[in-house]
Amino acid sequence: MTHLSPGFADPVLDAQASFRAILEAMSRPGRIQRIEARITPPAPLCTAAAAALLSLADADTPLWLDAGDTVAEWLRFHCGTPITPEIGAARFALACGTAPSLEVLDVGTDEDPQLGATLILQVAGLVAGDGWRLTGPGIQHEHRLRVLGAPADFTAAWARNHTLFPRGIDVLLCAGDSIAALPRSVTIAEG
Amino acid sequence: MTEAGYNFAYLDEATKRMIRRAILKAVAIPGHQIPFGAREMPLPYGWGTGGIQVTASILGPNDVLKVIDQGADDTTNAVSIRRFFTRVAGIATTEVTGEASIIQTRHRIPEKPLTENQILVYQVPQPEPLFRLEPHRAETRRLHALADYGLMHVRLYEDIARLGHIAKAYDYPVMVNERYLMSPSPIPAFDNPKMHQMAALQLFGAGREKRIYAVPPYTPVRSLDFEDHPFRPIRAPHACAICGSTTSYLDELVTDDAGGRAFICSDTDYCQERQQAPKAAAE
Repeated sequence: MTHLSPGFADPVLDAQASFRAILEAMSRPGRIQRIEARITPPAPLCTAAAAALLSLADADTPLWLDAGDTVAEWLRFHCGTPITPEIGAARFALACGTAPSLEVLDVGTDEDPQLGATLILQVAGLVAGDGWRLTGPGIQHEHRLRVLGAPADFTAAWARNHTLFPRGIDVLLCAGDSIAALPRSVTIAEG
Repeated sequence: MTEAGYNFAYLDEATKRMIRRAILKAVAIPGHQIPFGAREMPLPYGWGTGGIQVTASILGPNDVLKVIDQGADDTTNAVSIRRFFTRVAGIATTEVTGEASIIQTRHRIPEKPLTENQILVYQVPQPEPLFRLEPHRAETRRLHALADYGLMHVRLYEDIARLGHIAKAYDYPVMVNERYLMSPSPIPAFDNPKMHQMAALQLFGAGREKRIYAVPPYTPVRSLDFEDHPFRPIRAPHACAICGSTTSYLDELVTDDAGGRAFICSDTDYCQERQQAPKAAAE
């Protein structure tokens, strides 16, 4: 058996602190938050994406991922989350390589829009104050966010996702220990 | 010193994760009620089990908690909940609105405007705004899916037809982000305008009804009304007998058995701050 690196050093308080960072990110779309927890997840998983899954995923949330067997084994061990090969059945989808199309994820139903999946998207970098112009709930005037290594045509795919509201996908953008969120309620305009 | 034998903030980690996932989806879909597996708490339904579970799931060791019940920090419910979290999470508590990072409330929004660094957690007895109009959950879910809120408009119209005005002084229905009809919990209609574009995140927990919903910061919240009958927040036309405020929400007190009465601020911290302000200026 390969060596498994540890998860959160303090499973209770690290999960709480990570959740609060994610909650802050989701409440104020486009604002970049930092994950304080020191973890060393297996490559290619970054700290922020690992912390999000450690604090939110468990046996109730089937996970789809493209990060390889080592990461799958690490998450299965630390979260107890079932790994599904079928992306449409996943509650969380983790994309470290080429992002899957938003259309293949579960968007929920009109009566139960909360069943829409959360896509955890690893990108090359997040820069505030520049790039996309975000508006919507959680944003007083406008938040700017530049996503380095964002999938091609992401804003067009996002516009389609936004029109499904209240159904839709929510996205957590992760780079290193930085995290920003795009809840389905937000509108993105190219900068 | 925290109580031995309990996890931090009472709830087990699996429950917290389930509630945290519900909270994130609630923030992503402003005003939509998310079902969650509410746990039995060491207090009866109706005493804030929903609010406590939300607070327990977001609370960290550095948070400062304020709890109010009808605006007051010193009532049984507020004191008990503060003591509960001191015992199971060892966190600091306060009665000062400006010092709190999390404010759990029953039936009021503090008078002092909240900031971006604060989270307001409401205790909700009945999360479904259409409950008295349509008793079937299956049906109200469909109405929310279709954004069909004619029933509520008819209800408000009937008030106008019978009484000449909308006779709803608390739990006055609101539209969140122009999509979902939402119960603001039984806060006075006077507090409804404070929800609109509030800088703080607002989370709502209903324990018995097992629902969580949210209003993100800076989100439009509109009280339902009609062009010719615009929404008017109701306030007793008096000044506070203690601090003299003419803008705060007032409680009416019976002071003797000869018909004597007084009006005082419902928000005890606001009233106290105003009482101390002139003294501080004089010193």
